[in-house]
Amino acid sequence: MFEVFGIPSQALFGQLLIGLINGSFYALLSLGLAVIFGMLNIINFTHGAQYMMGAFAAFLLLEYAGIGYWGALLIAPVVVGFTGVLIERLFLRWLYKLDHLYGLLLTFGLALIIEGVFRNHYGSSGQPYRAPDLLQGGHNLGFMFLPNYRAWVIVLSLAICLSTWFVIERTRLGAYLRAATENPTLVRAFGINVPRMITLTYGFGVGLAALAGVLAAPIYNVSPQMGADLIIVVFAVVVIGGMGSIMGAIVTGFVLGILEGLTKVFYPEASNTVIFVVMAIVLLIRPAGLFGRAA
Amino acid sequence: MEGIVDPLAAKARRDLSASELAAFAVLIVALLVGWAFVYPILLMKVLCFALFACAFNLLIGYVGLLSFGHALFFGWASYVAAHAAKVWSLSPELAIVCGTAVAALFGVVAGVLAIRRQGIYFAMITLALSQMMYFFALQAKFTGGEDGIQAVPRGRAFGLFDLSEQMTMYFFVVVIFLACFLLIHRIIHSPFGEVLKAIRENEPRAVSLGYKTDRYKLVAFILSATLAGVAGATKAIVFQLASLTDVHWSMSGEVVLMTLVGGLGTVFGPVVGALVIVAMESYLAQFGQWVTVIQGVIFVACVLLFRRGIVGEIAHALRIEL
Repeated sequence: MFEVFGIPSQALFGQLLIGLINGSFYALLSLGLAVIFGMLNIINFTHGAQYMMGAFAAFLLLEYAGIGYWGALLIAPVVVGFTGVLIERLFLRWLYKLDHLYGLLLTFGLALIIEGVFRNHYGSSGQPYRAPDLLQGGHNLGFMFLPNYRAWVIVLSLAICLSTWFVIERTRLGAYLRAATENPTLVRAFGINVPRMITLTYGFGVGLAALAGVLAAPIYNVSPQMGADLIIVVFAVVVIGGMGSIMGAIVTGFVLGILEGLTKVFYPEASNTVIFVVMAIVLLIRPAGLFGRAA
Repeated sequence: MEGIVDPLAAKARRDLSASELAAFAVLIVALLVGWAFVYPILLMKVLCFALFACAFNLLIGYVGLLSFGHALFFGWASYVAAHAAKVWSLSPELAIVCGTAVAALFGVVAGVLAIRRQGIYFAMITLALSQMMYFFALQAKFTGGEDGIQAVPRGRAFGLFDLSEQMTMYFFVVVIFLACFLLIHRIIHSPFGEVLKAIRENEPRAVSLGYKTDRYKLVAFILSATLAGVAGATKAIVFQLASLTDVHWSMSGEVVLMTLVGGLGTVFGPVVGALVIVAMESYLAQFGQWVTVIQGVIFVACVLLFRRGIVGEIAHALRIEL
């Protein structure tokens, strides 16, 4: 046991860990938002609700089908991603020719519907969800106690973020995707089915949100409004990072999570607001965002 | 790319057109006799929200800026007005002035930050800023946290009118509403308003004509925030309550919904939208949580099926301005 700036190391590193966990969720969610925005030019306000749906999918799979965490980790993102595909085909595709703002309004409406329906069925209180046996317990690192499940969340989200980055920036599929973002008409002329690519991109972004939801289920309770406030923080993260760069979204997410954790140690009153304050400062100094291209 | 506002509905005119005069006459008559058919308290609620929506519409309808954080101005003005009336024992009109002044001040700060980015980012920034101020309201001492500020005295307006009389309160609200409504109408149809519309239609073009568009956007933002403040402060006096509901993001969503239902960029749309939404909520109150779902359905339906809103569709069908 030792102290850093008068703070016991357990408390400091404990909060840093929570910060890293939150940062993982910020990174996964803002990554999804950035991918969707790149292809569809829509800010997906439903993202928070879809994160919540991921957590609920895990909970329901266990409750009604007896499928545990590992199964849910695979099934939930696919199922929720499929609902995303439906949403894109039924609603979003009518909006591409309109002002961007309509996409925001429509997805906001969808979020209200989804969260309202879940609240009616499951009430406002959270449902507990147990971490898998394999990841129970933890290790004492000397300066802090590291629960295995939390370490797993950080490692897995980092891996998913980096592989998404790799696919988009370094593979042929990613090249098509980036080209279609840049100039969809031209890419279509080359015989690539851009509308299907758009649909699948939305499904993939939604799947990422759902995956974050499954990861979050054992840490926070599974509750209908778990995504509602989170999505606003993620919006601030996206404003800070700028949506132009995939790596930017990932880095900003993790850094801001850590910053929030540190604030909890040194000035707890501001921990809810620190990300918004950072956003205001970034807007004053670099209006385009840290990784954004000037419009 | 189709713009956010139907050009026909938003066609600029300097004077009150015949159709606008007719609609205005209907509005006045409705306000004068409405209290005989509907509870005055419900009508006052409609008027406060109508003013809120008109203020919001000034920004989305005429500058094309979607603010998703207008609850910040509405809610904080209501806190300050409630505090001024209850703790400082100010008269109601001064309490409203205090609340409005704070909303204007916040409007300056939020506006300076938000207009630095366009389009979709503008919406996210305003939402984030209002969420930040929501947490301040949650933690600050004077707001009373979860309880809010309750039992705010209505007092005597200008030392003359006893506002605890329901009808006096009602006409006090009517006067405030009409004054602000006419002011907004004046702003929209002034040379300043024409520049705003030019920015909405084509900002780079407005810049190339030599207009400092950022300055225009900022002034419009401050005006909108201030008027939203008037609505919030008045609501605090009417309901003798300021609470977290008014600063929460769902309130920002609600004002967007009202304006969208009534018709973006129409003068009377937000009033009709506020009437429809408030009426719906009070009649559906027994369904509890389902109200949120219905709101969501209305959002989706409006965006997909009738983007012009009620008043916008009427104006379009009759080929008039409203």
